[in-house]
Amino acid sequence: MLAHLPILQVIVPLMAAPLCLFLSRSRLVWLFALIVSGLAFLISSLLLQQVMTSGTIIYELGGWDAPWGIEYRIDQLSAFLLLIISAVSTVVLFAAHTSIQQEIPTGRHTLFYILYLLSLAGMLGIVATGDAFNVFVFLEISSLSAYALIALGKDRRALWASYQYLIMGTIGATFILIGIGLMYQMTGTLNMDDLSRRLPEVAHTRTVFTAFAFVIVGVCLKLALFPLHLWLPNAYAYAPSIVTTFFAATATKVAIYLLIRFTFSVFGLSFSFTALPLQMLFVVLGLLGIFVASFAAIYQKNVKHLFAYSSIAQIGYMIVGFSVSTTTGLMATLLHMFNHALMKSALFLALAAVIYRIGSVQLSQFHGLGRQMPFTMAAIVIGGLSLIGVPLTVGFVSKWYLVLATIENGWWPVAVLILLGSLLAVVYVWRIVEVAYFKPALAGREGTKEAPLSFLIPIWILVIANIYFGVDTRLSVQVAQAASQSLFGVSP
Amino acid sequence: MIMGLYNYWVVVVLMMVGFYIVIAHGNLIKKIVGLSIFQTSVFIFYISMANVDGATAPILAEGINQYSNPLPHVLILTAIVVGIATTALGLALAVRIKEAYGSIEEEEIQKEANLDC
Repeated sequence: MLAHLPILQVIVPLMAAPLCLFLSRSRLVWLFALIVSGLAFLISSLLLQQVMTSGTIIYELGGWDAPWGIEYRIDQLSAFLLLIISAVSTVVLFAAHTSIQQEIPTGRHTLFYILYLLSLAGMLGIVATGDAFNVFVFLEISSLSAYALIALGKDRRALWASYQYLIMGTIGATFILIGIGLMYQMTGTLNMDDLSRRLPEVAHTRTVFTAFAFVIVGVCLKLALFPLHLWLPNAYAYAPSIVTTFFAATATKVAIYLLIRFTFSVFGLSFSFTALPLQMLFVVLGLLGIFVASFAAIYQKNVKHLFAYSSIAQIGYMIVGFSVSTTTGLMATLLHMFNHALMKSALFLALAAVIYRIGSVQLSQFHGLGRQMPFTMAAIVIGGLSLIGVPLTVGFVSKWYLVLATIENGWWPVAVLILLGSLLAVVYVWRIVEVAYFKPALAGREGTKEAPLSFLIPIWILVIANIYFGVDTRLSVQVAQAASQSLFGVSP
Repeated sequence: MIMGLYNYWVVVVLMMVGFYIVIAHGNLIKKIVGLSIFQTSVFIFYISMANVDGATAPILAEGINQYSNPLPHVLILTAIVVGIATTALGLALAVRIKEAYGSIEEEEIQKEANLDC
């Protein structure tokens, strides 16, 4: 049984999704989905433990040897990502039942959980597999269910956002498919490990260069790197709150995982950073992303929009860490993926609670909420502090390592710009605090009550995680460091 | 040069035609048509690359010892299914958008969406 964990990780949610159809009652389906997601979380914890003690796990599907059959390959990086995805999914699902009762018509609840589990399975699959074509298939499973989930939003703009995401997402995925095809044409293999050994022989050809360019652009579309981010704000703002929370915490992380996997493991470090001026390109786009998106966030009236833009800025930080291309830089990126998942899931879940109570996330409706919903708003404040990078929160840990990495490399101006970018986060977080705590409640809104426990418990689990991992960094730093070192081929 | 790479030229032309339609057209249905053409070009690319000159389909038979590579064909079966799912979902969204906005022209939808803000 333990030997089959890598495949169970993906197949449990994948098989559970259609089974939801047999459960008609909304509460029953919710419990079922929660158990399945919890199982996935359990499996990913076991996998991480196994990987940290005994190294990379290789699982051959159906017993076929690797270059011919499909293999699942769990190294530290994938185990780390699997844990992030399944943990966030489980915590978020706790609140799903209460939240979707208000946002999605009862008849569609079962469909919602089916899509949610499919999306979860797709993301876990992308991370677990060691086969390039398999990546494309899982990418489409998670993306197609994502488009449908976003379209479930109450607002009619959700449909339009979903359609735009579908067009952009499909172009991105097809680019990746072209890239994989070109790689196969040159090497005759789809196995990532095998590819990494065969690609250097043909690295000088224009075909491999083209393949690399297609894969990078496709992945950057998926991870919403500035200026390819245009699909993200509306998709996050108008999707049902639970969907926003889940995707904000996981979807872009999976795309960044792909970027790291393709550049480091498949094409290899020396090729990736010399074929294209990747370092220069990413440090510029990352910093531009931080500033443009943070400024945009400052001017948003819809708080979901505000945090969506802030997500794009945070992706900028991850990309800057990536572009440093040292073990510390990559480690900062990995840490920020973990930490950002914690912050954004706490923040968006708190917004889901606000929507549940007042039915809106317009900043003008937040007047006086600090006193009416003290626990929810306190969560937003702590999440916001974490976003800024205040010490004792997770945000500080990753920013610390990021600044350290840039200084180690002698990139002083970049370090300064990163800190300036954090100041912009102070501005947009403060705008929320000011309205919620220093303005009297709106007329007719005096009776607003605190969110129910089904929201508060998961929100505060995430908030406490935000503080816990900001103080006790052993787990996250250790895993991120091990993953980063193994990607650089340095033995710890 | 041109005849030998005939398939690839077709792929490139179809790819650009599809891509152009997706970007340049404001009609939601036309965008999906463009997206389909774009995806189809990739299917043809995979199938062409698997072809071996003078070889036949990979079925064991007397006197034949050259076979085309069946793997990309199988891969593309999967990709075709994905393409159909994407097209179906895109068209379904277009229907819902038409119901909600009364139009399938990008400009008019954007105008309506801006009014909602």
